[in-house]
Amino acid sequence: MSSVDGYSADSADGAGNVASVARPGRFREFWSYFRENRGAVAGLAVFLLFVLVAMFADVLAPHSPTEQFRANLLQPPAWQSGGTSEFLLGTDAVGRDMLSRLIHGSRYSFFIGVIVVVIAATSGILLGLIAGFSRGWVDTLIMRLMDILLAFPSLLLALVMVAILGPSLINAMIAIAIVLQPHYVRLTRAAVLGERAKEYVTSAQVVGAGPLRLMFVTVLPNCLAPLIVQAALSFSTAILDAAALGFLGLGAQPPTPEWGTMLADSREFVLRAWWVVTFPGLAILVNVLAINLMGDGLRDALDPKLKRS
Amino acid sequence: MIAFLLRRFGTFIPTFIGVSIVSFLFIRLLPGDPIMLMAGERGMSDERYAQLAAQFGYDQPLWSQYFDYVVGIVQGDLGTSFKTKRPVWDEFFALFPATLELSLCAIVFSVAIGIPAGIVAAVNRGKWPDQALMSTALVGYSMPIFWWALLLIILFSGMLGWTPVSGRIDLLYYFPNGTGFMLIDSLQSGQAGAFGSAVRHLILPTIVLGTIPLAVIARQTRSAMLEVLSEDYVRTARAKGLHPFRVNGLHALRNAMIPVITVIGLSVGTLLAGAILTETIFSWPGIGKWMVESIQSRDYTSVQGGLMMIALIVMIVNLVVDVLYGVINPKIRKR
Repeated sequence: MSSVDGYSADSADGAGNVASVARPGRFREFWSYFRENRGAVAGLAVFLLFVLVAMFADVLAPHSPTEQFRANLLQPPAWQSGGTSEFLLGTDAVGRDMLSRLIHGSRYSFFIGVIVVVIAATSGILLGLIAGFSRGWVDTLIMRLMDILLAFPSLLLALVMVAILGPSLINAMIAIAIVLQPHYVRLTRAAVLGERAKEYVTSAQVVGAGPLRLMFVTVLPNCLAPLIVQAALSFSTAILDAAALGFLGLGAQPPTPEWGTMLADSREFVLRAWWVVTFPGLAILVNVLAINLMGDGLRDALDPKLKRS
Repeated sequence: MIAFLLRRFGTFIPTFIGVSIVSFLFIRLLPGDPIMLMAGERGMSDERYAQLAAQFGYDQPLWSQYFDYVVGIVQGDLGTSFKTKRPVWDEFFALFPATLELSLCAIVFSVAIGIPAGIVAAVNRGKWPDQALMSTALVGYSMPIFWWALLLIILFSGMLGWTPVSGRIDLLYYFPNGTGFMLIDSLQSGQAGAFGSAVRHLILPTIVLGTIPLAVIARQTRSAMLEVLSEDYVRTARAKGLHPFRVNGLHALRNAMIPVITVIGLSVGTLLAGAILTETIFSWPGIGKWMVESIQSRDYTSVQGGLMMIALIVMIVNLVVDVLYGVINPKIRKR
């Protein structure tokens, strides 16, 4: 956010030769930029909180996420008349504790984000490296394939893939990873093309580094900045899209306490029980917002060229 | 210029072929036999099976099936729906105006609010209006729109009773389908209250569908404006003592608009994806809802046709945006 241009470039350039000296300073430099962005720090804090909640869901949740309390159907939250402190955020239509379901739902969100980003990033970076290094027809072929994937609106392509694979959380994650992967290919390829002409790559080549070493050890570390930013952004996209698929009945299947699926169950109670509708969506929004804030901060700190200023 | 156009078309055609292969393979990749899927649970005799296989060309080699498929697309033939037995092409274009109307309203909504918001934020950079607007934009950008829709329904339909929950117009009104745009048709019908009813049905879906583009446009306008505001000619204009309104509005905004227009053009894909959710929630009879229903009822020829047509629309819009961009900005042509 603040203007600190012109200063961040030196440490990145020197990284090839004086890696051992430059590395520890790099993180500290990053952190000093990141820290200045209050929104980003708040986003990071909320995200870490979500991670903790996901890790300790079993301990934190007052009830089981699937246990049905038949005597307490659609009970309002504790502070409304008719609510009890046993069910702080109320219960849903079959008497399950909302709070416990939300706490367990954070596991799914986190799990979805991590798996999707790992699949999309590894395959995308690999293809991007191959395209950037091989050039010629391999490059053209890979990039045309990515153009084809990008011609479909992401959610539509994911929907159709789920129709082929069958509705389940795993299939939804595979579909979303495939949809998000072209962005990594394009970014990696563009970064590789920019780096390849630089002298440190030529010198590594002259010294006799093989193609694999050039790709992964020499060039890739210097292309990471935009990829890390993309990882943060696709983490939040993955959560949103998985929730959307769940909402349409094509993602996680009931009674899984996935937030989007919970919203789908709640649709018929929209006008009768606001809490069944409000809380799962709020959880998605806060989670996604925290990650996007973090992503903005990462972009400003890691990639001065992309600065939103 | 001609070289640029040719190059741009040169990437359009392979992408079109690729997209058609993807949508062609869709039915072949499904688990199970497409003809048995069509028969449903009743099953069918061997003769009937062979007859249907011949009718749909499934007894031909794959490449020849694909060739027939592409020839069909070019001639406006996407096969017949498994469910309704009507041509998919006709079904698609019967529903398309509803989606187009909603998308256009959403674009107008997001541009009308997003661009002024971005300008105000940029001009007040770092001050509270900037922070308030950009925080709101980030919330909008992170919004699960299916939930946003439900919240708006709770507030405006449930508590206030201002807007209807679903559909395009009250059942009271009936008039023939002229243009397919409810706003125009209801005016033309001359029935009192019809237009108002159509507008009230449009408000919530428009807000829901326009929210994410609105946030993107506001953010994009702000950063484009900031970039332009630091240029020399803007400083000169200010130094000449021109009114800030004239500097910001005329000198800066005009040049900041180029990247913003690109973003608007490229958000067609976002809109069509958003239409899937928005139309499903508001029972809006457009192609988004139709796609979801076709997937749920395993009407795979409809899914295939819809997939192809939506991708084609996105590709054509992107092509037009790119060409226009090349016309406005000569630098692009050289790349």
